[in-house]
Amino acid sequence: MMPALTLRNIVVGALMVALILLPVYAQLADDRFLMTLFTRIIILALAAVSLNLILGFGGMMSFGHAAYLGIGGYAVGMLAKEGIMNGFIQWPVALGASALFALIVGALSLRTRGVYFIMITLAFAQMAYYVVSGIARYGGDDGLTIYKRSQFFEPLNLSNKTQFYYLCLAILFGAIYLVRRLVNSRFGMVIQGARSNDVRMRAIGFSPYRYKLVAFVIAGTLCGLAGALLANHTDFVSPSVMYWTRSGDLIIMVVLGGMGTVIGPVIGAVTLLVLEEVLSGITEYWQIILGPLLLLVVLFARGGIDGLLTQLGERLRRGRPS
Amino acid sequence: MSAPLLQVSGLAKRFGGIVATDDVSFAIPEGELHALIGPNGAGKTTLIAQLSGSIVADGGRIAFAGADITRLPMPKRSHIGLARSFQITSLFLDLSVLDNVALAVQAHAGHSFSFWRNARAEAGLRVPAREALARVGLADRAERSTASLSHGEHRLLELAMALASKPRLLLLDEPMAGLGPEESVRMVEMLRALKRDYTILLVEHDMEAVFALADRISVLVYGRIIATGSPDDIRANEQVREAYLGDAETAHA
Repeated sequence: MMPALTLRNIVVGALMVALILLPVYAQLADDRFLMTLFTRIIILALAAVSLNLILGFGGMMSFGHAAYLGIGGYAVGMLAKEGIMNGFIQWPVALGASALFALIVGALSLRTRGVYFIMITLAFAQMAYYVVSGIARYGGDDGLTIYKRSQFFEPLNLSNKTQFYYLCLAILFGAIYLVRRLVNSRFGMVIQGARSNDVRMRAIGFSPYRYKLVAFVIAGTLCGLAGALLANHTDFVSPSVMYWTRSGDLIIMVVLGGMGTVIGPVIGAVTLLVLEEVLSGITEYWQIILGPLLLLVVLFARGGIDGLLTQLGERLRRGRPS
Repeated sequence: MSAPLLQVSGLAKRFGGIVATDDVSFAIPEGELHALIGPNGAGKTTLIAQLSGSIVADGGRIAFAGADITRLPMPKRSHIGLARSFQITSLFLDLSVLDNVALAVQAHAGHSFSFWRNARAEAGLRVPAREALARVGLADRAERSTASLSHGEHRLLELAMALASKPRLLLLDEPMAGLGPEESVRMVEMLRALKRDYTILLVEHDMEAVFALADRISVLVYGRIIATGSPDDIRANEQVREAYLGDAETAHA
């Protein structure tokens, strides 16, 4: 089925095409910084997409999602430090460690609700932060430099900026497709039902806990993958990637772009990080401009930018005489 | 006579010093529409909550189709055929009307660890859901967002969700609550039709509806059942008249 030609779909399509063509432009304009910036944006968009699965669709307000960025990153960094560069070992370890951490955090936090859930997810992430800060062998506070990126088969070479960019983009597109399938499946319907009305879910015969836990683990694992990519991108991993403000950034991306739509977090990540880049070029007090912008979106666009585009498109369509 | 579908014996529940359910016993045979009436605060909703499993009784026994379900958790009770509609509308407001009912179908169609297939395209979920909606007269509302429906339609949707779970016993907690006169008439007609196919425990304030529909009526006052009988018995019962003529104190004493 062809998606309808709405304003929102046009913008999303344009964004996708822009992301695909960006390396071509960067090559022509010889702008290496643009490539670096957008590789980073794509990786963080992947993290935001994973958070959206539990936050937007599952209503689980995890305030510790950056922990998986760190766990994925440190899995790569620590193994590299020990001389294991093979990506086929590094990445599964990164995913497995993230999944395990998510399983533990989820099993405990999902028994609670509201503020308690937020506090427990936050506490676990901060714990992870302080644990890696304390391990001197892996750099402690100062972080850990990764001298060689994950090794895969020839000709895939992660040190090649263009190859790495497209690898990240392919993974992001894959993740978007995965989340899209998930949220429309039976499993996804249960997750959304539990977000909407947990009591009713149990009254009609569901036990939402285990479904939510599985969603929590899937989201953590996907974010762990983003962490492995991020470490390869920066050739460095430090405790600060899992600091609680980073979890806040991910939440902002999801809310800004639009909770509960699959593409929303990608729009949010691109918008937030590009704005950050542009505004910080104008003034060093760029957050004074960004803050009110965020407020406006939260106050006036309930569905984030994605929702705003949908509404605008409908208004345009109705305004046009047919 | 075969064993009743629902058998409640000596059920008790207290909240601190308040006795909400006080040694309640009654039985509903298969096919009966049993109404539970009583003044405000008599403990009707507490009783329904214990039957559906959202509150655990302090004492007594609930047997359903011969099995003891006193301690069975809520989701399991739904699976053996107890379906509850809520007094205060409790729906998935941000999902479509059809999604609401399809979820109720899905809850009884095996586990939901299915991650890939589009659930909104599964005929096995959507067809029974549409049937349940048609049964309550909401077929033309299927694709609407649930939040956009009227209160009366929400009450009907509650009913459709209960039906979609293929219940053996319907626990209906004030299905007429907040309905206008016309909507009430429609709901009474609906219940009259459902009565042919389902065993129903109806909690209701609307006396006209209760006396028109019920095979038997139990009267709950201060957590106790003071009378059970046919509509005519109940109408003639002195204690019930006292309770309902505003003199609840006398009835309690």
